[in-house]
Amino acid sequence: MSAALPNQATTTPAIEVSGLRKRYGAGDTAVDALKGVDLTVQPGEVIGLIGPSGSGKSTLLKCLGAVTEPTAGRIALSGETVYDGGWRNLDPRALRRDRIGFVFQAPYLIPFLDVTDNVALPLLLAGRSNRGARQRARELLAALDVEHRAQAAVAQLSGGEQQRVAIARALANQPPIILADEPTAPLDSERALAVVRILNRMAQQYQTAIIVVTHDEKIIPTFKRLYHIRDGRTYEEAGEGREFG
Amino acid sequence: MISLAGRDILHSWGKYAFTGLGLGLLIGVTLSMAGIYRGMVDDGKALLANSGADLWVVQRDTLGPYAEPSSLRDDVYRGLLGLPGVARAANVTYLTMQARQGERDVRVMVVGIQPGEPGEPRYLIAGRQIERTHYEAVADASTGFQLGARVRIRRHDYTVVGLTRRMVSASGDPMVFIPLRDAQEAQFLKDNDAIVNERARVLANPALNRPGIPGLAETLSRSQETSRMVNAVLVQIAPGWAADEVAETIRRWKRLQAYTVPQMEEILIAKLIATSARQIAVFLMILAVVSAAIVSFIIYTMTLGKLREIAVLKLIGARNRTIAGMILQEALGLGLIGFLVGKTVATLWAPYFPKYVLLEPGDAARGFVAVMVICALASTLAIRTALRVDPATAIGG
Repeated sequence: MSAALPNQATTTPAIEVSGLRKRYGAGDTAVDALKGVDLTVQPGEVIGLIGPSGSGKSTLLKCLGAVTEPTAGRIALSGETVYDGGWRNLDPRALRRDRIGFVFQAPYLIPFLDVTDNVALPLLLAGRSNRGARQRARELLAALDVEHRAQAAVAQLSGGEQQRVAIARALANQPPIILADEPTAPLDSERALAVVRILNRMAQQYQTAIIVVTHDEKIIPTFKRLYHIRDGRTYEEAGEGREFG
Repeated sequence: MISLAGRDILHSWGKYAFTGLGLGLLIGVTLSMAGIYRGMVDDGKALLANSGADLWVVQRDTLGPYAEPSSLRDDVYRGLLGLPGVARAANVTYLTMQARQGERDVRVMVVGIQPGEPGEPRYLIAGRQIERTHYEAVADASTGFQLGARVRIRRHDYTVVGLTRRMVSASGDPMVFIPLRDAQEAQFLKDNDAIVNERARVLANPALNRPGIPGLAETLSRSQETSRMVNAVLVQIAPGWAADEVAETIRRWKRLQAYTVPQMEEILIAKLIATSARQIAVFLMILAVVSAAIVSFIIYTMTLGKLREIAVLKLIGARNRTIAGMILQEALGLGLIGFLVGKTVATLWAPYFPKYVLLEPGDAARGFVAVMVICALASTLAIRTALRVDPATAIGG
């Protein structure tokens, strides 16, 4: 169970999770993947979520990402309860599209779209005009220092560039929260730290809360706050918050 | 919203182009099969139209002269000319056989005509009509014969004096027109050995070779060596008369069968080429099923290759209809490419078919709709698979 740390910001949390449970199966074969998770992330904050394999990290990410429906508990985004034993008449797909950004272990960019269209895609899916979506995409690409690759095909980008484009895509709809699933796993130390630096900068710039699920020992010391997840429960601790580079 | 399908096709245009090419060749074969059927029907109609006849008078109880054998005495036409409503009547014979030019054999339908009468080819593309009573011929251009060429039919050589076109039999063999007398001889004349053998038989028969009636055996033999039979009489109706009415008069008074143009079309299309049409129809159905299976397999395979992207699309909020639309549009795009290739190749290779291939715009339009429907149906399996993709698969664990 989490315990509140001193000096935690008092603004409305970007995401607030309490008593979140997830059970797979039923009867004797039922497995409780989450057994009452509590978690709070403030706008502009980047936290680490760490834990051994099978501890429930991915299940928590799927529940927070409205991909899997929890069994019980409460999830609030920017003060609005979106899950409270049910999705509160919200369409999980629309929730993912409008209020949650995703960054994956691999960039998973759409290979048949160019860089700009990859970033603009969530906006286009949300019904924004082509012109507006592309304008926003170019702004994000500029913020992530990949503007010069705006017209490039995905296959022409380096791994680091692809990951930056993926971050830009996650930020496109200005979601209050981004879920990053091991975003530095395939990268070397230098590039991994660069990605974390970018995530921190973007979190500050756009006041987005970012939850980074990671095993990566290189980046764990960079988080100011960490959540350990073990046996379906979270334990909060202060991180080192070490400066980059 | 950008076209995801369009971008995907542009991104992997080579794969689509080659797949579309393969599908297009299949569609080209399908369109050609339809064209072959249309060509057969059109050949039949051209055969009737170019003969210049309003009625075909043939042996009673036959579907002659094209669908069944028919034999009439060659003086029947005189009686027909005396009937009210008959403006012109002329004998014709039809015989499918091999004609030889030099070392080359060509399968042709030899038509015996009376020059200047119904049955004569109506349009020439070169040369002139037959003017002499013997050993001149007018040939369909598809025989490959040239003006002035010498063509051997049975025991005689004929000079090609004119060329016509679109004059083929119901089975697609090009026609060669020769004078009626020559045609009768070619059709009915026995070879020399058979004539000698027949003469000997007559002379050896005491009932035919009677000492009391000198010359009887010789007369009998001569009568067997020539033929006075034709296959049909082509009749033109006088202005103001109805073909049905005149045909009924001929049936009633002359104890012959008379067919009007619609009846003859019915015989040619519904009876003579009915089996071929059914054969083609079955083949078309098989091709449609094979095309559907191929498109389905291709689209399904392409979709399997994009499952990760589909999961990401669903994760970032793409609606099911967006994903289904992408796959459907790709299937239709493939169908469009295939149809364009198919129509092009069918048009290009149509002239090389030995029989006339008629590619009608209506058939092309129907083919296009069929291809689109088949592609849409074929995409359902891939769409079903894509819609069952769990967006969670984009997230690890």
